[in-house]
This record gives sequence, C-alpha cells and structure tokens, in this order.
Amino acid sequence: MTQAEKEIRFQEKIDREIKIEPNDWMPDEYRQTLVRQISQHAHSEIVGMLPEGNWITRAPNLRRKAVLLAKVQDEAGHGLYLYSAVETLGTSREQTIDDLHSGKAKYSSIFNYPALTWADIGTIGWLVDGAAIMNQVALCRTSYGPYARAMVKICKEESFHQRQGYESLMKLCSGTPQQKAMAQDAMNRFWWPALMMFGPSDADSTHSDQSIKWKIKRFTNDELRQSFVDATVAQAEILGLTIPDPNLKWNEARGHYDFSEINWEEFWQVVKGNGPCNKERLAARVKAKEEGAWVREAATAFAKKRAMKKSA
Amino acid sequence: MSTNEWPLWEVFIRSKQGLNHKHVGSLRAPDATLALENARDVYTRRSEGISIWVVESVQIHATDIDEAASFFEPSDTKIYRHPTFYEVPDGVKHM
Amino acid sequence: MQESALFEYVLRLSDDSLILAQRLGEWCGHGPILEEDIALTNISLDLIGQAISLYDFAADLEGKGRNHDQLAYLRYENEYKNVLLVEQPNGDFAMTILRQFFFDAFRLPLYEALMQSPEEQLAAIAAKSVKETRYHLKHTSEWVIRMGDGTEESHQRAQAAIDHLWRYTHELFYEDAHDQSLQAAGKVPSMAEIQAKWMATVTSILQEATLEIPKNNWKFDGGREGRHSEHMGYILSDLQYMQRAYPNMEW
Repeated sequence: MTQAEKEIRFQEKIDREIKIEPNDWMPDEYRQTLVRQISQHAHSEIVGMLPEGNWITRAPNLRRKAVLLAKVQDEAGHGLYLYSAVETLGTSREQTIDDLHSGKAKYSSIFNYPALTWADIGTIGWLVDGAAIMNQVALCRTSYGPYARAMVKICKEESFHQRQGYESLMKLCSGTPQQKAMAQDAMNRFWWPALMMFGPSDADSTHSDQSIKWKIKRFTNDELRQSFVDATVAQAEILGLTIPDPNLKWNEARGHYDFSEINWEEFWQVVKGNGPCNKERLAARVKAKEEGAWVREAATAFAKKRAMKKSA
Repeated sequence: MSTNEWPLWEVFIRSKQGLNHKHVGSLRAPDATLALENARDVYTRRSEGISIWVVESVQIHATDIDEAASFFEPSDTKIYRHPTFYEVPDGVKHM
Repeated sequence: MQESALFEYVLRLSDDSLILAQRLGEWCGHGPILEEDIALTNISLDLIGQAISLYDFAADLEGKGRNHDQLAYLRYENEYKNVLLVEQPNGDFAMTILRQFFFDAFRLPLYEALMQSPEEQLAAIAAKSVKETRYHLKHTSEWVIRMGDGTEESHQRAQAAIDHLWRYTHELFYEDAHDQSLQAAGKVPSMAEIQAKWMATVTSILQEATLEIPKNNWKFDGGREGRHSEHMGYILSDLQYMQRAYPNMEW
C-alpha cells in the first residue's frame, strides 16, 4: 500500500468513528500532534498541582484539607494516566517530562497565576476545573483510543473537583462581607485567565483545522470558550458574584452571551514564560525530579540486585 | 539522561468477585512489589478493585496489526457459530 | 479522673495523626516520582481521617461542646501533645520515609491492642485505622529496604535519617499517670509491650535493609507534655493561619 492509500484508509476510519489504537498505522503528523497535545495536557495536570498544593497546609478546616489533598492527588493521577497515553505513542514519560523541563513543551498558562487566598482555591475548582472539564468532556470522543479512555476516567473523577470548588465558594458568598469580598477578588483575578485556557482564537490557532479533521479535537477553541461562558454566567449569579466584564450580555440573535475581547498580549506573554509564576512552577518541577533522582536509582539498583540473587 | 527510568507495567483490576481482571492502564515501578502498591494507590483510589495484576509491559505479546485480516476476518464468515443462524418455530420454549 | 485521662490519651493520638498528616501534605506535588507522590498523599489522607475520628471522640469525652476543628485548629502550642518525631521536617525522601516507618511500626501494634479495648468507640476507631496503618507500614518498610540495600548514596541517606531520628523514637513510648490509670483499668496496653513489638519490627526491617540501629541512645522528648521543637510554631502558623486571621467564620 502506498503512503497516500494508507492516509486515505486512515481518514476513512476516522470518518467512520473507528478509534485509532497504538499499533495501528497513523500519519507521523497525527502521532506528533497527539504527543504534543496529550503531553501538554499531562504537564498541565502536574504543574496544576502546585498552586493548590500550596494551600494544603493552610486549609481552614479538616474537611477542606482532606478534600483539597484528595483533589490535588487526583491531578497527579490524571497526569499519570495521560503520560501513560503518551507512552503508547512511543515516547517515554521521562522524555516527555524532560521536554517540559527544557521549556520545549508547554502547559496550561492558568497555572502561572498565583493562588493568593483561600477563595482562589474554590475559584480554581469552579472556573479552572470548569473550563478544563468543558474541554475534557469533548475529548472523551477523541479519535485516539488510549487518549479517549484516559479522558473518560479523568472526567469521571473530575466531576467532584468543580463541585467542591463551587461548594466552597457558596460558603464564602453566604458568609461574612469579608469572605464575600475575598470570593469576588478571586473571581476578578481568575476570570480572564480562565477564558484564556481555551487557547488562541480560531483565527490564530495553528493546529486547529487538521486536528478537527482527524477528530483529535472535536470542537474549536472559540466554540468551547463560548460554551463555557454560557454555562458560567448563571452559576455566578447564584453565587452573587459579578463577572468582571462590562460587555458581558445575552445576545438573543446568536443565542449566546457576548463578551469582551481577551487581552491577547497578556495571553502570549504568559505562554512565552512571562507570567507571574512561570519560573517558580518550572523550578519546583525540576527540583522534584533532581532531588528524586537518587530515590529512583536506589530502587532500580535494588531490583537488579534481587533479580541477580534470584537467578544465581 | 534517561538511564534510570523505571520499567513500564500494565495494570489489570478485578472490580468485584465474579468478573475478569480488566486492563485499566499503566504505570512505572522498579519491581513487581512496588508496581502492585503503586497500582493500588493510582488505580483503586475510589474502591475500583479487589484484586490487582501487574505485568511488565515488555512481557506482553500481541498480534501483529498487519496480520489482523488473516487472524480475525476468517471467523466473520462462520455465522453458523451464532445461535441466531438457526430458525426454530415460535412455540418452542427454553431454547 | 478516668474521663480526663482518656481525653488526654485520645488527644495524643489525634495530634500525632494531625501533625504527621500536615507534614506529609507538604510533599504533595514534590515527590520523587508521581507514583510515590500519590502514595504519600494517600497516607496523609488516612491520617487526616483518623485525626477527625479521634478528635470527635476526644470532643465527646471532654463534653465542652468543642468540635474536631476547634480541637485541631484552636489550641496554643503547649496544648498540642504530639510526639516530637512527627513534627520533624520532611528533609529528603529518606528522612520522610524513616520518620513514617518508625511511626507506623509504633502505631500498628498500638491499634492492634486498642482494638481489644473495652472503650468501644476507641476500639472501633482502632479497628478501622489498623488496616490503613498495616498498609502504611508495608509501604514504608519496602522503601526502607530499597534505600538501605539500593545504592551507596541511598544507603548513606537512609542511615543518616535513622541516626538523626533515633533520638525521637523513645518518646513514642512515653507514659505518665494518665496512661497508668488507663492501663490499670485495662483500657489501653502498656507501652513496654508496644515498644517490644516496635523493636522487633524495626530490627528485622533494618537488618534486611543492611542498616544499623544507632549506638547512641540519647533521648529527646517533651512533646507529650506540650514542650515542642522550634518547628512546631511554623507548623501551627500554617495550620491555624485561616482560623486565626479570620476568626469565627465558616469555610
């Protein structure tokens, strides 16, 4: 079969909603796109542990402490499921992580913003996980089998993440004026970065068309962003929080909310490493890897010794 | 740089008595003992299992994707292996 | 007398669990490999769960209408009765695992004995916690063995952790009049009995790990009486930050 024939057969499978599995033939670019997207997603889970992790020791009561710990732990699990999906494409976890540490691979820019107050933790659960779930639910039907299966598992587990965030904000918004102000402040700081999570607008998105054709992505960035805004407005109203956008209003003709243009300069600056916490986040991950090296080596050495003893 | 990466293991979990172990994913571990413990922490945080198998990924032998047609399609035509191939009168029960 | 002795006893168990959970929580996101990050977090979660049950029980015994959060968050430093061992800094992975191992090796026989206690609620908490603790001990033992019998570096780090932590292990078996009155009533085991079991576990695992028990038997204590190390103040600053900065609010 020629390359062109293989590509046609491949696209036919995709069009018929047949999942692609690890050993199937796939175009190199499909593989590369997947490695890039899934690893970026995995890195986001892992780096995303850091801003919330900072608050584990400061959680205001034991129930919240356990919930936060369990949530951040889930994120480690989700990163792991996704690294496993990347491994099925022939790229080892260590390689993938090295690409993050060298700056070659990216992660979601939202985690380059600081978590400053306890209200930020609820807001991250509600808005950031809410935005992520919007994306992830769509990805449960992505064309690559291991990725889709990881997403199904992740979505199942994540359903508590957004709810716990919202519940935590409910407490603040029905609490003292000080608590309510803390919640509004968090909303003000996280709203725009949350909208930026969906990536550049479709007009500026380099990989979008081909990814949609291959059904790696099922919706465009702008479609998902719009769905998120539409879903979130009513949730904010119930909390009694104001969305920091004077132009936010229902557009009857479109059947959607209109909202202001995102500050794309900020978006690109943060992507390029100039966000408030880029350096700290990456440094923390590199440190964990370097300081863990002797632990990993020890276990490997032990396993070798035992295997030798057994065969002796 | 990647001299000490732990081997990859595939994880299979029996979710309850009476069901098969089912593949749920993979992880990295230095040996079988820790692979089982890691699998417990990674894949059964929500009471998903009562028994775990781990197999080093390199130990798995799989059919060749290029031979899939010769491996599997011949059985497609053996429709007489399925009960729906046979007709029985409406009145016949317990069959 | 018995009520207050039991309150004190349960409070010690609670504080040990809480402070150790707090320490382990610091690892979240910084573990040597993802799988182990998740494992340490699981231990921390188990300990928080144990702390909640134990504080609830302590609050009942006290009968002053305090709840588990008020006990956990709103006391002064000298009112916390955890052992010094659990407040020691995480250090490297060897220090964290050895600290956990010494603690688990103590907690397991203690819970096993408390399952037989005529104090039903204490026995019930012990019965639930014993399974968690048995797993913790298995996991930390595996790691002590791997570090001890792994590379030269890991062996040195593990031995250094043992040499440092050993001085804090004696306090695990602290006894005072509270313990003695409860022991006399047959409600709790004698610490000599627990210590013997602890020593057996520690000896056998360290031996398998090719690690040594330190010759220096110098002891540090004070935690059980509310005299802590300098680390404790920082732990409580983090733990109590929200409750102290925003008093009387619900979260």
